[in-house]
Amino acid sequence: MAKESVPRQKMPEQAASERRRNFKEVPLGYTPELAKLEASRCIQCKVPGCRKGCPVGIDIPGFIKQIAENNFAAGIAKLKETNALPAVCGRVCPQESQCEAQCIIGKKDEPVAIGRLERFLADWERSTGAVKLPQKAAPTGRRVGVVGSGPAGLTVAGDLILLGHEVTVFEAFHKPGGVLLYGIPEFRLPKEILFAEINYLERLGVKFECNTVVGKLVSLEELFAEGYDALFVAVGAGLPNFLGVPGENLIGVYSANEYLTRSNLMKAYLFPEYDTPIVRGKNVVVVGAGNVAMDSARTAMRLGADTVTIVYRRSREEMPARAEEIHHAEEEGIELKLLNNPVRFLGNEKGWLTGMECVRMELGEPDDSGRRRPVAIPDSKFQMPCDLAVIAVGAGANPLLTGSTPGLTLNKRGYIIAEPETGKTTMRGVWAGGDIVTGMATVIEAMGAGRRAATSMHKYLSLGW
Amino acid sequence: MPYTILKKRELAQGTVVENVIQAPRIAAKAKPGQFVMLRANETGERIPLTMADSDPEKGTITLIYQVVGKTTAMLKNMEVGDSILDIAGPLGKPAHIGKVGTVVCVGGGTGIAVLHPITRAFKQAGNKTIAICGARCEDLLILEDAMEAASNECMICTDDGSCGYHGFGTDLLLQVLTRETVNLVVGIGPVPMMKAVCRLTREHGIKTLVSLNAIMVDGTGMCGCCRVTVGNQTRFACVDGPEFDGHLVDFDELSKRLAGYMTHEKESMERYKGECACKAQG
Ligand SMILES: Cc1cc2nc3c(=O)[nH]c(=O)nc-3n(C[C@H](O)[C@H](O)[C@H](O)COP(=O)(O)OP(=O)(O)OC[C@H]3O[C@@H](n4cnc5c(N)ncnc54)[C@H](O)[C@@H]3O)c2cc1C
Ligand code: SF4
Ligand code: FES
Repeated sequence: MAKESVPRQKMPEQAASERRRNFKEVPLGYTPELAKLEASRCIQCKVPGCRKGCPVGIDIPGFIKQIAENNFAAGIAKLKETNALPAVCGRVCPQESQCEAQCIIGKKDEPVAIGRLERFLADWERSTGAVKLPQKAAPTGRRVGVVGSGPAGLTVAGDLILLGHEVTVFEAFHKPGGVLLYGIPEFRLPKEILFAEINYLERLGVKFECNTVVGKLVSLEELFAEGYDALFVAVGAGLPNFLGVPGENLIGVYSANEYLTRSNLMKAYLFPEYDTPIVRGKNVVVVGAGNVAMDSARTAMRLGADTVTIVYRRSREEMPARAEEIHHAEEEGIELKLLNNPVRFLGNEKGWLTGMECVRMELGEPDDSGRRRPVAIPDSKFQMPCDLAVIAVGAGANPLLTGSTPGLTLNKRGYIIAEPETGKTTMRGVWAGGDIVTGMATVIEAMGAGRRAATSMHKYLSLGW
Repeated sequence: MPYTILKKRELAQGTVVENVIQAPRIAAKAKPGQFVMLRANETGERIPLTMADSDPEKGTITLIYQVVGKTTAMLKNMEVGDSILDIAGPLGKPAHIGKVGTVVCVGGGTGIAVLHPITRAFKQAGNKTIAICGARCEDLLILEDAMEAASNECMICTDDGSCGYHGFGTDLLLQVLTRETVNLVVGIGPVPMMKAVCRLTREHGIKTLVSLNAIMVDGTGMCGCCRVTVGNQTRFACVDGPEFDGHLVDFDELSKRLAGYMTHEKESMERYKGECACKAQG
């Protein structure tokens, strides 16, 4: 029987009608049988395209082979050689544009479900309690400070602790995890998974110092004076963009960062068991069309909205969100209002949001990004009622740390300039990576940057700058 | 390092509480006008509190808060020896302290707690400092002795005349402005008070600084929850402030935004009272 004849295995998931009102994870994961069946679709290419598509070059056929042969422990070990957070990546990586886009099976059939297999192994390991602590190298006596505990920072911490260095991670919030904690919702990435990863790093000896706003409580220079030998800066993007239209400060208009932080980090979705409040809109609009917008819209639906509408000024083709997220959102009853642009928010005398005024758009000539530029159609203004609006139109570079660290050279948009291959900044002993270098990108790219920086930092700690 | 409560003192008939808290790293860096973000327990909210004092030698910070919602009620129920789960800081820009000549510091309610270190710093910087402290009534007046010591002249007023001048801080401020040349006014207190102070000083053309107590989530410029309109521009109170040029602030918008979660706060508070009552009954 030709291998291609096994179709791509679907992952069981919660029905849309049910999940749109709860915060439990949407996909339920493969069973061992489904995983083995899916793994059997991989033809073990000599020169695997998928591996080239992966930003961290995971030995994909290698771990898939182990699944097919029922050696799950060997599979997870193979996976973890290159990816420290497989349970996270298997869930949030845009596989359709990375590994799976390059899969040879995908030429004629649907590609091997690499992400789902990755997730399967990580979940199998966690649920069977099989997580093993690898052997650490002998202590080097060198101290590394990591600023920011998102995927970039966690990767550097995990790599360098294994190489025998002492690692302390400084985090501004009261809990580590970065966007994985405060941005990506529970129904897409259960926090229990993240906590297991953090716990694993702690068991390896990584120290986490939360409530530590570097740049305010302590500067990079002071950390060196305290005895740190090398520092990695991974503070994320973390500056919300607003539209700059009238009425944006009405109550009920949130940045996506605020909305998601209230819900995810502060657990406002469990109010009043948790104290942090959140506006529960009946008619919600979300402005923007990336993953952040999808997460916001789906959160609003789960918080009991009657209608949730995504308003985007371009067309469906330009929507930056992952296809799977758009699909999930639509299944849950979220409406897309494409080619519309908000021009102002309307409110009542108490300062509460009551509606939004939009103008219709059409696509004109391509702009710098190669996408056709949306232009307003004259006299096409209209109003739509809403009591909650979430602005998810991207992020900028938060200047809190960079602004207080003159040694770091920034680009025009305020991001840290770092060598792409090593993450070295213009400040001696300081590396940087993740969103604060590239602008908002992806979890796996942040991890890749962490991996490269860790290699370079280790070299420096052993050999010098 | 736990943030242990070392001292607790009730002020203003127990409506206001002063806590001295162990936080050596924050104390080493804190400057007048800066705040901390605090979370009392695992289910708690993050709230900003401007520091009333800090002592780098002893490694302590002092917080003075009015018991207004669930978080502050929980804090009030904590005793010496208890620890607050999370405190992050020092955040925000420090108050701009310089030698300008004569400075009038007008404080209302718990705003006086925030105003106190700023007043002291202006005096230490060689300014003639005149303090005006107001409250609804004598019982609610706080820190009058500390303000007396931190200034060259200290005036007291109460809305009901139970202590000091019978009337508003703005009345006293007007007296001072007509009496002598004033170079700077600092007004910290409830929004209507700050608004009234700014209306008066604008007429007199005297620069006025205020400290805005916007609602916050992270306190590091990441969420925009604390946005305020200053000079027709949106600014984030947590990183661009909390101190702003009072003549440019849209106080009406601030008032409305501060009231945004009133029903939630009430619900939380009612539940908390219920829980406390249950516990008391055993
Ligand atoms: C809602 C949302 C959904 C997303 N969905 C996806 C997805 O599905 N797939 C995907 O691949 N990517 C997704 N992304 C993007 C991805 O999360 C980011 O690219 C990635 O997290 C960047 O990692 P990082 O380590 O650079 O920074 P972050 O994850 O941003 O972490 C930075 C950390 O540094 C801390 N920090 C900031 N300043 C300081 C300071 N001065 N001192 C100490 N600590 C500080 C912050 O509190 C934060 O914890 C999403 C992003 C968001 C916001
Ligand atoms: S890490 Fe992401 S890109 Fe790489 S193989 Fe796994 S799912 Fe694909
Ligand atoms: S509190 Fe989040 S930006 Fe100020």
